[in-house]
Amino acid sequence: MEKGRTRVDLFEYQARDLFAKHGVPVLAGEVIDTPEAAREVTERLGGKAVVKAQVKVGGRGKAGGVKLAGSPDEAVEKAGQILGMDIKGHTVHKVMLAQTADIKEEYYVSYLLDRTNRTFLAMASVEGGMDIEEVAATKPEALAKVPVDANEGVTEAKAREIIEAAKFPAEIADGMVEVLQSLWVTFIKEDALLVEVNPLIKSGEGKLIAIDGKVSLDDNADFRQPEHAALEDKAAANPLEAAAKAKGLNYVKLDGQVGIIGNGAGLVMSTLDVVAYAGEKHAGVKPANFLDIGGGASAEVMANGLEIILGDPDVKSVFVNVFGGITACDEVAKGIVQALELLKDKGEEVTKPLVVRLDGNNAELGRKILSDANHPLVQRVDTMDGAADKAAELAAAAAK
Amino acid sequence: MAIFLTKDSKVIVQGMTGATGMKHTRLMLGDGTNIVGGVNPRKAGTEVDFDGTAVPVFGSVAEAMEKTGADVTVVFVPPAFAKAAVIEAIDAGIGLAVVITEGIAVHDSAAFWAYAQSKGNKTRIIGPNCPGLITPGQSNAGIIPGDITKPGRIGLVSKSGTLTYQMMYELRDIGFSSAVGIGGDPVIGTTHIDALAAFEADPETELIVMIGEIGGDAEERAADFIKANVTKPVVGYVAGFTAPEGKTMGHAGAIVSGSSGTAQAKKEALEAAGVKVGKTPSETARLARELLGA
Repeated sequence: MEKGRTRVDLFEYQARDLFAKHGVPVLAGEVIDTPEAAREVTERLGGKAVVKAQVKVGGRGKAGGVKLAGSPDEAVEKAGQILGMDIKGHTVHKVMLAQTADIKEEYYVSYLLDRTNRTFLAMASVEGGMDIEEVAATKPEALAKVPVDANEGVTEAKAREIIEAAKFPAEIADGMVEVLQSLWVTFIKEDALLVEVNPLIKSGEGKLIAIDGKVSLDDNADFRQPEHAALEDKAAANPLEAAAKAKGLNYVKLDGQVGIIGNGAGLVMSTLDVVAYAGEKHAGVKPANFLDIGGGASAEVMANGLEIILGDPDVKSVFVNVFGGITACDEVAKGIVQALELLKDKGEEVTKPLVVRLDGNNAELGRKILSDANHPLVQRVDTMDGAADKAAELAAAAAK
Repeated sequence: MAIFLTKDSKVIVQGMTGATGMKHTRLMLGDGTNIVGGVNPRKAGTEVDFDGTAVPVFGSVAEAMEKTGADVTVVFVPPAFAKAAVIEAIDAGIGLAVVITEGIAVHDSAAFWAYAQSKGNKTRIIGPNCPGLITPGQSNAGIIPGDITKPGRIGLVSKSGTLTYQMMYELRDIGFSSAVGIGGDPVIGTTHIDALAAFEADPETELIVMIGEIGGDAEERAADFIKANVTKPVVGYVAGFTAPEGKTMGHAGAIVSGSSGTAQAKKEALEAAGVKVGKTPSETARLARELLGA
């Protein structure tokens, strides 16, 4: 039933582009991936620039990923220092050069989904420039939270309510109304799950400008957001995850040894847990992946999934755990048999043992197909806990 | 008694004439569901034959309600049109809308939820991205297989479809009053708490099984509710103990960040409320069995 849904987190420069598109004030900036390119860009920006690492992780400033360059030569030098840098496990492949700003004040504004109250929420604070989770923890009174009705949106009155709740100074109120309304347009028009500006600065001239920001998009909205596909960070995807995605499979690579295939996100998550518990008795083996073949999966989908799992060198055994609700167990069994034949035809000899547990819709038919095929590597175990134990045992034995 | 759905429920299907709608309408009819119509403006006035049962197609939910007295709608409409379908159901004032459709954009589900609120919450919404609900032996509104189990004294509420089926299967000899799949999306209509309250009030339900998974704080809030309001025994299961941080496991709900929303935090909250929590689905079923003396 449940197939993939992903939250697509954007880089700062991509967030900046979306802000600019919807009228949120930003500074001029350009993205580069070689130090040399910094010279020309810095000249265009007026001879100086802020060089900012583009990584999807917080704390880059403290890690040395943001540096001020007073000249084009210095920008080349700083870009050279930052490109290739490792920030909390993220390698910097791109830097953004941005115009420098005269910062007088730093504020925080965001919109996000409040799951608990099933509504959208505006958050705003005069304590900008800091990690907002820290503000929420240490000075909760400084973080205003104002519910926004999905159908009413941020009207001028709503914007003024947010401004008052956040105690933003009166002299910036009119400018802040515009920022809050254009940021709301970004949130709605882009089908975002989060839009955040931190800091939103007041410049020496009294202007409000978004200096840094985060945007996360909802890929369930891709059907009406054709431009979002280009924002995906394909380089960062694990090759197995990319191959699975290309086949429309909901797959996440993990760091264990037991390959997992199941139907339904909840059952597969539960399977990961059961395998991890079983692994405690078998040399600490763990699940190697999450793979949900979804509801009503055909033999072909099953075969595609198995091919991905067997292609993972970390996998020592495979556990196929299916409860047939809409999915018919005979289809799953056919898929397993087909996949093994397909791989044999391709000359890829399968050497990893498979443990299969089938229950529910057409389970007897499915079990019979497996018994008839009598593949030496396929074992049937008819309870979930028992099958997990067997798969963990086989993985532990193969890992020795 | 059962909750939300009985043999007297008159059910219509929005999106009945699509492939998924056809398949599941046939299955629901086979489970005894009183399906009184389908909705499709382009096929209004026609009938669809399901193994000898002719089901009329109406132009709108309002028309179907007026002509048949329908009080439940099951929505199979594709994601791009689901928001309009649910809003139509709310405008018609139907009592229960079961939204099976998966892959609905969050902005759309947030919008129809806010709309239902603004209309005084007259329409109970279950889902989206859920398997629906079943009252075994009486009626089935959704895609839960009708042949797993029989009528009985356990009430089940779950975020996950396949874990619902698994748990019904484990306890199939005891049977269920009703089983409700509420869905794992970030915005859902009916919550664990709503179902717990209904099962508490249902005289046929003796024990409640509650299945949760990582993400959000619905289980923690359900724990508080159980402590204050539920006198019947509750057995719990939470999926996702070993899910890594920051990864999405299929359900948008299943995103873990920091310690909030972890399976461990949910388990502890439930246990503090007196709920027995199983480590695996099978162990959870054993706990339920012990409490029922079955």
